[in-house]
Amino acid sequence: MTDLILFGVFPYIAVTLAGFGGIYRYASDRYSLSSQSSQFLESRMLFWGTVPWHFTIILILLAHLLALLFPTAWGTLLGRPLRLYLLEISGVSLGLVAVVSMLVLIVRRAINQRITTVTTVIDWVLLAALLLQVATGVYIAVTLRWGSLWYLHTATPWLWSLVKLDPQVSYMAVMPAVVKVHAVNAFFLLALLPFSRLIHMISVPLAYMGRSPQVVVWYRR
Amino acid sequence: MNIRAQVSSVFHLDKCIGCHTCSIACKNLWTDRKGVEYMWWNNVETKPGTGYPTQWENQEKYRGGWEKKGDRLQLRLGGRGGLLGNIFHNPRLPTMDDYYEPFTYRYGELTSAPAGNDQPTARPVSMISGRPMKIEAGPNWDDDLSGSGIYAANDPGVLQLSREQRAQMFAVERLVMLYLPRICNHCLNAACLAGCPSGAIYKRGEDGIVLINQDKCRGWRMCVSACPYKKTYYGWATGKSEKCVLCYPRLEVGEAPACFHSCVGRIRYLGVLLYDADRIEAAAMQDDKDLVAAQRQIILDPFDPQVLAAAGKAGIAEQVLEAAQRSPVYLFVKKWQIALPLHPEFRTLPMLFYVPPLLPVVSEEHLGTQRLVDDYFTTLENARLPLQYLAGLFTGGNTEEIKAVYRKLMAVRIQRRRITVGDLSESEVAKARELGEVSAEQIEAIFRMTALTSIRQRIVVPPMLREQAIEAGMDPERHKQEMGFGSRRSPKRRW
Repeated sequence: MTDLILFGVFPYIAVTLAGFGGIYRYASDRYSLSSQSSQFLESRMLFWGTVPWHFTIILILLAHLLALLFPTAWGTLLGRPLRLYLLEISGVSLGLVAVVSMLVLIVRRAINQRITTVTTVIDWVLLAALLLQVATGVYIAVTLRWGSLWYLHTATPWLWSLVKLDPQVSYMAVMPAVVKVHAVNAFFLLALLPFSRLIHMISVPLAYMGRSPQVVVWYRR
Repeated sequence: MNIRAQVSSVFHLDKCIGCHTCSIACKNLWTDRKGVEYMWWNNVETKPGTGYPTQWENQEKYRGGWEKKGDRLQLRLGGRGGLLGNIFHNPRLPTMDDYYEPFTYRYGELTSAPAGNDQPTARPVSMISGRPMKIEAGPNWDDDLSGSGIYAANDPGVLQLSREQRAQMFAVERLVMLYLPRICNHCLNAACLAGCPSGAIYKRGEDGIVLINQDKCRGWRMCVSACPYKKTYYGWATGKSEKCVLCYPRLEVGEAPACFHSCVGRIRYLGVLLYDADRIEAAAMQDDKDLVAAQRQIILDPFDPQVLAAAGKAGIAEQVLEAAQRSPVYLFVKKWQIALPLHPEFRTLPMLFYVPPLLPVVSEEHLGTQRLVDDYFTTLENARLPLQYLAGLFTGGNTEEIKAVYRKLMAVRIQRRRITVGDLSESEVAKARELGEVSAEQIEAIFRMTALTSIRQRIVVPPMLREQAIEAGMDPERHKQEMGFGSRRSPKRRW
């Protein structure tokens, strides 16, 4: 029953919250559609947190996404031991960098008086959830080896069953507790997206690459 | 030819008394809110000095403005890809410590302190964290050359001088200073705008005012680094960048911007300039020393029938052209050529111009014994404030350009001295005019515009034609009922 709620119901709740919450926030409060930067108040420590964090987490997310969208290609890619080793090693090291940089970000928020004044409760919830996510991720990678392969036969079919509106909870029900936590927390983060600074993920300034360097706006044209 | 109109200004530095009334008027109107306490959209600096934020002119440090890369211009911050690569952490962002940490005092402790042997004191507290703090900097910390051994000595403009020139500048009883009031220059080739990843910054077509759309701004802070004048600021409480809006709501109802209106020394002139937008990039590509002339060249004559016809075709209203003909800025910048842009070498084509101050240059000699016109001009080179320093501020290092301005300004002085004091001969005055390449009538006009004008002549606000803009979108009667004081939504983050 718990498994059904966690892996069959909660994902839908999270996606619904993320979707409708995101649309509501985009439509009603575009002003706040960003992550409120605190670099102006403290810059040096932020560098050692935010830069490694963003670059590693983007790569890690990309790997999760590719294994979900192109499972056959992913399987072929990891078909040779050498490639599997290389991917697992880089995955673990990226994860470790992510954990350390998240700790830097958390410590920075906790000890700097200027930063604590611009930190909200939801910021702390988010930081804790993110730390939990990368920490469990690294733990899984180290203790339950070859996750990049068994992901294809557990998480991928489970997630696809969710997409097909026919949730196959059994894929996740048999997993160790830490994997369950990792999966549920992932959807918790998704649910948090529109209600926290995580919303900044949806604004990617790609248009900047193509726009004219000067912008002139007329009100009578 | 693609003609546009620009609301531009001239600040006459000889008349600035450094009273900071402009800064206070602006502060009361625009930046008296949480998160923007440290911002001074208008500030007055003492030069030589490090300025606000500290050493803002040092582009080795902040990488503001443009640089020439082969046959094109590129932001000194880097290409677009490189700029986006720094989006998670902007390595060139000035932090609060480069400005100052805003503070207040616990005044309540003066009256609530228990009886004791010591005088109660009001402790300074940070306006960010609310905790007691040690004040180490504040607005105008180096006002009037205070701490000149640290501040004036580290002025980037001073550091580029030779050792002899520096010694000359800092010799006892020779040290001089000038006040430099600064607002946003509303540049033609704005670097803040070019650096904004979200495209939130734009230049208004009708009047050239550069604004930041607060709903589009994502707080990436690239504008703060890209602006070489450091005139966009990051609001730490809202996560948005803000800048001088040239009081456009006041301009739209025909009033002068607050800093202009409140100026005690009446140093500020405002008017429309017509310019050729097609030549912006070519003008910004010139060598450092030719930038002032190039910028002057793309400013067009509002009396030229050809210009007027082209402006009409470009959609500039008749009333705006009429205002351009009365523009005092046109006289100072183009006709008399005695107003210069600040740091043209940043290549943003700033549209705020300065008449450089004469006082430190001539006061070196004893006026009583200085009789001959020639002597005035020979003192230019070994003046107390080195020409090189002024050229570094206003002409991209071109001393000839700044000398030409001073010859004119001195000719004005000399001719007026003959009229009011009468101790100079007409031949001396004629020689001064010849050296300054300025006619007697022009001198009178410069004198009148400098000293005897009313606010209507100094500040010629063009009709902003808001009524036309409103009519295009909605019934004016309905608009009237929907508009008023207050904001649609308070600038607060709820998430």
